[in-house]
Amino acid sequence: MADAIRPDSADALAAIIADTASDGTRLRLRGGGSKDAIGAPTPDARIVDMRGFSGVVDYDPPELVLTVKAGTPLAEVQALVADKGQMLAFDPFDHGAMLGGADGEATIGGIVAAGVAGPTRVSRGATRDHLLGFEGVSGRGERFVAGAKVVKNVTGYDLSKLITGSWGRLAAMTELTLKVLPAPRLRLTLGVAGLDPAAAVAAMARAMGSAAEVSAAAHLPNRQGSPLTLIRLDGFPSSVEARATIVDRLVDGIAPLADPEAAALWTAIASATDLPAGVPLWRIVAPAAQMHGVIASVTGDWLMDWAGGLLWLASPDDPQAIRAAAERAGGHAMLVRADAAMRAVVPALHPQPKPLAALEERVRRAFDPAGVFETGRF
Amino acid sequence: MPAPDQTVLARRGEIVAAMRAIVPGEGVIDTPDGLRPYESDALTAYRQPPMVVVLPETTEQVAAILRWCHANHVKVVPRGAGTSLSGGALPLADGVLLGMARFNRILEVDYADRLAVVQPGVTNLAITRAVEDEGFYYAPDPSSQIACTIGGNVAENSGGVHCLKYGLTTNNVLGVEFVTIEGEVLRVGGRGLEPAGLDLLGIIVGSEGLLGVVTEVTVRLLPRPETARALLIGFPEVEGAGRCVADVIAAGIIPAGMEMMDKPAVHAAEAFVQVGYPLDVEALLIVELDGPAAECSHLLEEVETIARANGAVSIRISTDDAERVAFWAGRKAAFPAAGRLAPDYLCMDGTIPRRRLPDVLTRMRALSEQYGLGVINVFHAGDGNLHPLILYDANKPGELEQAEAFGADILRLCVEVGGVLTGEHGVGVEKRDLMPVMFSPVDLAQQQRVKCAFDPELLLNPGKMFPELHRCAELGRMHVHRGALPFPDLPRF
Repeated sequence: MADAIRPDSADALAAIIADTASDGTRLRLRGGGSKDAIGAPTPDARIVDMRGFSGVVDYDPPELVLTVKAGTPLAEVQALVADKGQMLAFDPFDHGAMLGGADGEATIGGIVAAGVAGPTRVSRGATRDHLLGFEGVSGRGERFVAGAKVVKNVTGYDLSKLITGSWGRLAAMTELTLKVLPAPRLRLTLGVAGLDPAAAVAAMARAMGSAAEVSAAAHLPNRQGSPLTLIRLDGFPSSVEARATIVDRLVDGIAPLADPEAAALWTAIASATDLPAGVPLWRIVAPAAQMHGVIASVTGDWLMDWAGGLLWLASPDDPQAIRAAAERAGGHAMLVRADAAMRAVVPALHPQPKPLAALEERVRRAFDPAGVFETGRF
Repeated sequence: MPAPDQTVLARRGEIVAAMRAIVPGEGVIDTPDGLRPYESDALTAYRQPPMVVVLPETTEQVAAILRWCHANHVKVVPRGAGTSLSGGALPLADGVLLGMARFNRILEVDYADRLAVVQPGVTNLAITRAVEDEGFYYAPDPSSQIACTIGGNVAENSGGVHCLKYGLTTNNVLGVEFVTIEGEVLRVGGRGLEPAGLDLLGIIVGSEGLLGVVTEVTVRLLPRPETARALLIGFPEVEGAGRCVADVIAAGIIPAGMEMMDKPAVHAAEAFVQVGYPLDVEALLIVELDGPAAECSHLLEEVETIARANGAVSIRISTDDAERVAFWAGRKAAFPAAGRLAPDYLCMDGTIPRRRLPDVLTRMRALSEQYGLGVINVFHAGDGNLHPLILYDANKPGELEQAEAFGADILRLCVEVGGVLTGEHGVGVEKRDLMPVMFSPVDLAQQQRVKCAFDPELLLNPGKMFPELHRCAELGRMHVHRGALPFPDLPRF
């Protein structure tokens, strides 16, 4: 692997990309490297280390807007907003430990590029719902801006949606503007033991569909020997208390869990760190009401987040079989963790139907005509 | 708008016949009287009868129409209910107007996964009406919700008074089926929470009909909050109202709605609906809180304390739903109230960082004097979205042009203080020529290349959103350096 390049200005980055576009080298954009082990290995690609773009550009808490350089560590951003009683509401998490490394390296740019959203995504929206705008450099080596630095804007195409989760294949983001929200004063986790997957999904759906304003709901099939279904309520204490009585009426036998154990459970759910490490790890997104069908047709260990809409699956099963099960449920499966040999032959992202794949290809070429960012990783 | 193509106009008979072959019966309209209702949307300052109106009923018909128009190089303008405030559905003299009104069925409601699958011609409010008995609703609530369609909402990424807390259309749509200009039927997103590949759904929502024609929409349903209550707060100066809004949010409260009206707007609304608004205040705030009753009463107290600390001179708190609705009645009547102050008005839609509000209002008053035209201000205060209503009389020669120039100055001001041209109404034809105020040629070229990925011949809704339509082949070649096009004076064909 060639040496990494670490530009420290957007102009320098633009020059690197423009030069590369003409000599056929491929560029792999990298933040802290916490997700290096996702996707096919790319031995020939040149790494662009984006951590030269670091620091806060503007943060005015009552405006609910934060502008930050893309290479700023996630932990730094989270500490900054927490200090003002706010949060990144899409609940991003670090992939370091999940992928056999250490937490703490993830950058905010990497989080956005990978569209990483945690348990409260089910109630507060995905990463893409909180990216208001960005500055970046396209595969043509041109600096451009998209979106804006206010919370409400429909001027021009919403390129912020497109770049979120694009895994560095459209443009190199140098600066991001994110919507931030007040952090809840209280988080209360309620738990009920003993539900099978279908009953758990049904219980979570009842709670999600009620006035209890559930912020997260998850199901662990084997927590110390028994299934455990979790419902979380966030907000002002008087409100959380009132909503807990609603959940209590809807789900028999549910009761509060104590912190800090409950908080630790949510962290483990977000990054699936309690699932066995030695087997391939899949991330399956499908309508919650269909997820039990996926569970019934695979082997391995799993957990459900997003009220059943997200299945983390550690399974040695045939990738085709897993993807077919996800498709039957109206969803898709991403290969998040596997050894290099498997990643070289099994694409990380779920293959798209042909006409859609062709359109995606044209959209990628609209940003990156020479394929500078097409490293073969995805 | 682009100059009509004479060769296309000359083929009108052939084009109408081709449309009739695809959509039989009354689904094709080509008489002058029949075309007139379609000549404008809610931006009535612009009018243009289309060459022909086609009202398909099935996705197959939409695909056949687009396939034929693509093969024959005929432009297409999609239309929902025609309530766009930015001219998004303004027809073309040489174009087919593709009306989606007949796609008016709710196909499925799934309470377990909290979603509804609907056709694009279903009205925004009809979705809520269909699910409210089960305790659910569809959150985005543009003021035209009784008439506007969900397909139009998707095209324009419509908002409403509750979007600070519940988001715009884009945050409440899970998937769409759409037809490309080549007649291909594609699905993006779905019933799950995340797409498999690129977020093409995210780019289609808000694309103003330039990327494809949506034929089915899957929307997210939310459980109706247990209660909603509102405060009506008067301030002796705008600055206090602005600080109150900031302090509410700084206290960790995201109200369901937070609206501000300036003094002229308060007077106009009160004269129109008589709901008891205080007339001696410079700014009036409506703050709505929703959720469990316990939460509402707790937050009402907090907001009241914050309001007093910022110099509020009058505070009323709704005691029942009728009173809450009455608080809103004046705000919701602001547009018709403006209609009583002057024969015509233009509604602007910029967003600013909220902290710049007092400054922006002061400069807007100066502009009002400069142009000699009145302006009243209603404002989604929570998210900084301004709706100045510029009062004018279209029958006085030159006044429309003056009002437009005033509006353009207001939008330039919004961008200058760090805001944007449009918060929820869309660019359309109205703000098209102002796009370079906010975006450099490089930024615009990048957006237009996305258009080219979907519609390389620029047949779908041309003339909207972009100040100039460059041919896609040219965009592929053009190299732009530091925001300046090479040889800017050379004509480009």
